[in-house]
Amino acid sequence: MEAVVKPPVVTSTERDLRLDLFRGLALWLIFLDHVPNNIVSWLTIRNYGFSDATEIFIFISGYTAAFVYGRAMIQRGFIVSGARILKRAWQIYVAHVFLFAIYIAEIAYVAASFDNPLYVEEMNALKFLQTPDVTIIEALLLKFKPANMDVLPLYIVLLGMFPVALWLLIRNAALALAVSVVLYALTWEYGWNIPSYPSGHWVFNPFAWQLLFVFGAWCALGGAARLAPALRSPVTVWLAIAYLVFAFGVTLTWHLPRLGFLIPRWLGEWMYPIDKTNLDVLRFAHFLALAALTVRFVPRDWPMLQSRWLRPAVICGQHSLEIFCLGVFLAFAAHFVMNELFGGLHMQVLLSIAGILIMIAAATLISWYKRMESRGAPPKRPPDADLAGGEV
Amino acid sequence: MKIWTALGRAVLLAVIVCCTAEANAQSAEVCAVPGYLLFGDSPLDRVNAAVTKEKTLKILVLGGTSSVLPGPEGERFSYPARLQVALAARLPDVHVTVSTKLMQRKTAAEMTDTIEKQIVDEKPTLMLWQTGTYDAVRGTDPEDFRATVADGVESLHTAGTDVVLVNMQYSPRTDSIVALGAYADGLRWVARELEVPVFDRHAIMRHWYEAGQFDLYAPTKDMKVARDVHDCLGRALSDLIIDAAHLEAREGNAPK
Repeated sequence: MEAVVKPPVVTSTERDLRLDLFRGLALWLIFLDHVPNNIVSWLTIRNYGFSDATEIFIFISGYTAAFVYGRAMIQRGFIVSGARILKRAWQIYVAHVFLFAIYIAEIAYVAASFDNPLYVEEMNALKFLQTPDVTIIEALLLKFKPANMDVLPLYIVLLGMFPVALWLLIRNAALALAVSVVLYALTWEYGWNIPSYPSGHWVFNPFAWQLLFVFGAWCALGGAARLAPALRSPVTVWLAIAYLVFAFGVTLTWHLPRLGFLIPRWLGEWMYPIDKTNLDVLRFAHFLALAALTVRFVPRDWPMLQSRWLRPAVICGQHSLEIFCLGVFLAFAAHFVMNELFGGLHMQVLLSIAGILIMIAAATLISWYKRMESRGAPPKRPPDADLAGGEV
Repeated sequence: MKIWTALGRAVLLAVIVCCTAEANAQSAEVCAVPGYLLFGDSPLDRVNAAVTKEKTLKILVLGGTSSVLPGPEGERFSYPARLQVALAARLPDVHVTVSTKLMQRKTAAEMTDTIEKQIVDEKPTLMLWQTGTYDAVRGTDPEDFRATVADGVESLHTAGTDVVLVNMQYSPRTDSIVALGAYADGLRWVARELEVPVFDRHAIMRHWYEAGQFDLYAPTKDMKVARDVHDCLGRALSDLIIDAAHLEAREGNAPK
């Protein structure tokens, strides 16, 4: 209602509900993938191609970040919008630490109740993880990142460098994208990454994954319009379809090793390993193919986007940080229930559905709360990233 | 209307009967592992040669703490010893020895440092290389892990030793705490590239857990489950070795 009465001051375009929809769906998929041994995770896209929900999530996050903060940067300048971006990064950092607290509690519980001569090796591992004096500090430094907790640190680093990236994107979008590609290439060439605790490197290498984030931002700031003619061409559509079919065929041989002979040796040598840490070009291309087909066949004014059937995914996508954290927690919880009570197929399906319903309920609650808050607030403030639903 | 209700009940009944029948069939065969989890196309030619020509088979297990059970009698009941019993029973005219070299809390890289010395000292025909758990805990770069294992396997091959890679245990309690996926994939990748069999201990134990064969979740101090699991692992390994080396072996189960 309010949005209709008071048009935003400088908007190039209205909010694209497709972004919320697909980010909401990506959040559901990430949740399903995070529950170990979940039959329902066979539905998620990682089993049918090279890329997975992480690519969708990071791309859309880059897109919305540019959409929301780009406007702020044009209106209020570098300092103000930069401060807002860093405030957002801080919120994500706090959320990450909150999740880590839950993880520590989980380890403590498992270690206290775990006693089996079969698992001496695993128990030793737990003892190592149960040294809070070291692990908590390393976690605060974002160096120690337990299982399933790698996406938020990536996001924090991406937002940390975003003020500069956005500044350049607004001044010279093509140059900014070129810088991003060069950084990606140099990362591959020289093996740059950030070290982790106790050893190794970040599971999602920020120097590589920034490409997807910046590309999303570039699309939001006019790049999508520039790409539109190419996306409409039937050649693009058929290339995308061909590539997706190829990727599907390759993933099929992972699930059915007996089909492995169908991959010629030279192809395997050239293709493998398909590196998730450094956002392999094959994964990036797979995401591009998916995105190209989505943009082509789901138009911006698609009536279904307003329908109440897709509403649950849309509102989850609009509160992505909260719902992402909730999803990580729910995955822990679902695993716990499956082990403590019963982990059969019915339970896996039930817990998957229950988890998604809880995510929807939480998103609805947050929407209601923010609507209520903004109704009482003085109207002079320009729509904030959170309130405008343009959460990043 | 009534017909549909009756039909519905009949279908339901049929499903229940089938499910229980299947459940019974599963519990009847102890240690059963579906073939697709156990058998592959990678051959063990050196094992075949040693067994058919020299009638000996010398196996060395290189692994972490999960390759042995705790306690004074632990070694006698752990899977390397059970493998020896199973192989000896199925290959009666072959002299089979299985020894274990434990490398506690060592990453694959730390293990490979000693591999060459192991070969010189022991000259095994076959090395069972169990690794990955400690790398997953330490968070070694999956790519480094892969490269290390590949190098290790190649140096073993050069030295004339066959290799079977053994991956991590399945532990439902720690499943969401330590992310094993990348390391299991790494072992599978090396196995594929270098045509080496993998003993997918993780998938096999998970299969037993899900089929209700072993309760791997319950906390216990009792050795029974641990011993039974290791016995089954030893038998499954003997099946894999006999299949991959194309050996003619006696059917049937080894004595307890």
